[in-house]
Amino acid sequence: MQRIIKDGRIIDETWHTLAKDATLEGMSNCDDLIVPLALWRDHAHALKARDGGLGVWLDADEEIEEIADQLEHFQVIALNFPAFTDGRHSSTAYLLRQRYGYQGEVRAIGDVLRDQLFALRRCGFDAFALREDRDPEDALKAFDDFAEVYQASSDQPLPLFRRRA
Amino acid sequence: MYVYDEYDQRIVEDRVKQFRDQTRRYLAGELSGEEYRPLRLQNGLYIQRYAPMLRIAVPYGLLSSRQVRKLAQIARDYDKGYAHISTRQNVQFNWPALEDVPEILAELATVQMHAIQTSGNCIRNTTTDQFAGVARDERVDPRPWCEIIRQWSTFHPEFAHLPRKFKIAVNGSAQDRAAIEVHDIGLEALHNEAGELGFRVSVGGGLGRTPIVGSFINEFLPWRHLLSYLEAILRVYNRYGRRDNKYKARIKILVKALTPEVFAERVHAEWAHLEDGPLTLTDAEVQRVSQHFIDPAYKALDDQDDALAHLDAEHPGFARWRSRNVVAHKKPGYAAVTLSLKPTGAAPGDITDKQLDALADLADRYSFGEVRNSHEQNIILADVEQAQLFTLWGELREAGFATPNVGLLTDVICCPGGDFCSLANAKSIPVAEAIQRRFDDLDYLFDIGDLDLNISGCMNACGHHHVGHIGILGVDKKGQEFYQVSLGGDAGREASLAQILGPSFAQDEMADVIDRIIKVYVENRTEDERFLDTFRRVGIDPFKERVYAANH
Repeated sequence: MQRIIKDGRIIDETWHTLAKDATLEGMSNCDDLIVPLALWRDHAHALKARDGGLGVWLDADEEIEEIADQLEHFQVIALNFPAFTDGRHSSTAYLLRQRYGYQGEVRAIGDVLRDQLFALRRCGFDAFALREDRDPEDALKAFDDFAEVYQASSDQPLPLFRRRA
Repeated sequence: MYVYDEYDQRIVEDRVKQFRDQTRRYLAGELSGEEYRPLRLQNGLYIQRYAPMLRIAVPYGLLSSRQVRKLAQIARDYDKGYAHISTRQNVQFNWPALEDVPEILAELATVQMHAIQTSGNCIRNTTTDQFAGVARDERVDPRPWCEIIRQWSTFHPEFAHLPRKFKIAVNGSAQDRAAIEVHDIGLEALHNEAGELGFRVSVGGGLGRTPIVGSFINEFLPWRHLLSYLEAILRVYNRYGRRDNKYKARIKILVKALTPEVFAERVHAEWAHLEDGPLTLTDAEVQRVSQHFIDPAYKALDDQDDALAHLDAEHPGFARWRSRNVVAHKKPGYAAVTLSLKPTGAAPGDITDKQLDALADLADRYSFGEVRNSHEQNIILADVEQAQLFTLWGELREAGFATPNVGLLTDVICCPGGDFCSLANAKSIPVAEAIQRRFDDLDYLFDIGDLDLNISGCMNACGHHHVGHIGILGVDKKGQEFYQVSLGGDAGREASLAQILGPSFAQDEMADVIDRIIKVYVENRTEDERFLDTFRRVGIDPFKERVYAANH
């Protein structure tokens, strides 16, 4: 079973993330599922009628605005990093927390590596499914990379210049 | 200059620890080369042709004598005894061992220096006028604003992996010495009619493969909104800039694709959410930062015009030097002095460890212990008493800093090129040297007058060839190094991009080609007309005809 980082701790993964081309066919009623945006787009009613938990995942070129008024349906919003150097979803996480007031889980999936975690957490991610060949235990150290930061973001409402002693 | 408090120091020290661990993991095989690459680049570490190159940040070009001494020591202990001033006012070392880089960074942190974001797809060092704070034509001192931007952009969590590199420049003078219109964001600090301070904002300028002059999308942004507005621009760029092709990933391509008007609408729509939020700058913060840039303890002095004119008459060498390397200062009795790093025979912008030590010493004795790097790759002592200019000139000659060529043809802006850089198509330093040797007659050089000659070894344009009055670009032609010449670029106010003259030339033809171009100028100029103005008047054809004439 994959282990993920959630709120700074390692937990067992209980969600199933469906592939981008997934269909409703044979879908479990009770499992907790993170579905691709296209599936939600086409089958929102059916997905809402299931008994299991529901999350959605967005690829790097998919925009959060498309589901900004439907966020209450999702316990998890997962944002995919095709490469860790693709920073688009850093802005998505910021918008989810700051603009759309989303309180559920914001999860980083895909090419998620230790050296990005500090900044991603700042933007609003609270869960990280690390690339499978990486040890989440080791990655936890990243949260201690910096003791102080200059900017306001999702983790820190005030920029340093409003906090300097 | 700005002095770190405990917060700034802590952030830099934490960065040293983080990078030390990243490098350890790379050397231990825990991080692949591909994974380590963006991490090291964001710390200015390139793997070059012969050795790594480490680019040290010099925020908006300012250095204290203590920092200069540290750079001298690093050049001695970790490099081959020299450093290079880059066209972004930074300092580069060409020969450090990768294993030593964490230790170099730890040494730099002891003098409040670092290599943060000096490369990679992030917000780079903010640059400005090398005469900031002392220029006679200055309206607003840009330095506090540069520092405020530096802090906002340092490890910004949302903008750590942009589509491409991102460069911001700030100008506060009548003349634009910061070349703001060829930056991703250019900021012109000014006062509006009501006397309020704000910024005129340009976006989407840039050099590189697709040179474009920026578009102004805001004619007056009140200073309080500077950071929220920058954040809005960066968010739009981070989300919508192209990531499928690195040559189309700069913000200029996005601005062009959307049109500047539509881009501005997107920024303003985003900014509407941020306006008057926590990013709004406070009087207290601007004051806190500005107090680091108040005037040093200037004496009440008078201008020394007569005494200097007398010295000029006795010492033609001094007169020549003064006419090129000394500029007016806002305070009577003071002057700003440019130390030329362009003597013939040395790579443009290179400085030895001994020269760095001498420079620190000169800064302490003549200029309140501070120096500035210019994007033209020279060094400035900004606060020299006019009465000391003559003795300073003597000392500068001994240290090899007194070449009287600032702003002349031989004051070449030049990237490290194929001698060092693994991106380069062609060498640039030998071309600079060949041209410097051809124009070794000082009288002729002075007669030619103001002329920016910029050389880049490839189309990444580190040598800013698009905005040289004469630009030279190294190109690869079937595995051979060739050089394309362009004319008429200018980085100042109303910036213009150079036009390509025609087919490229072999390296050994370059001095002749430049010679012919200069002859066309000299024959066509009216009295006191600069090269650029003659070019703009007569156009490219006479130059073309002469250079490509069949009989040469």
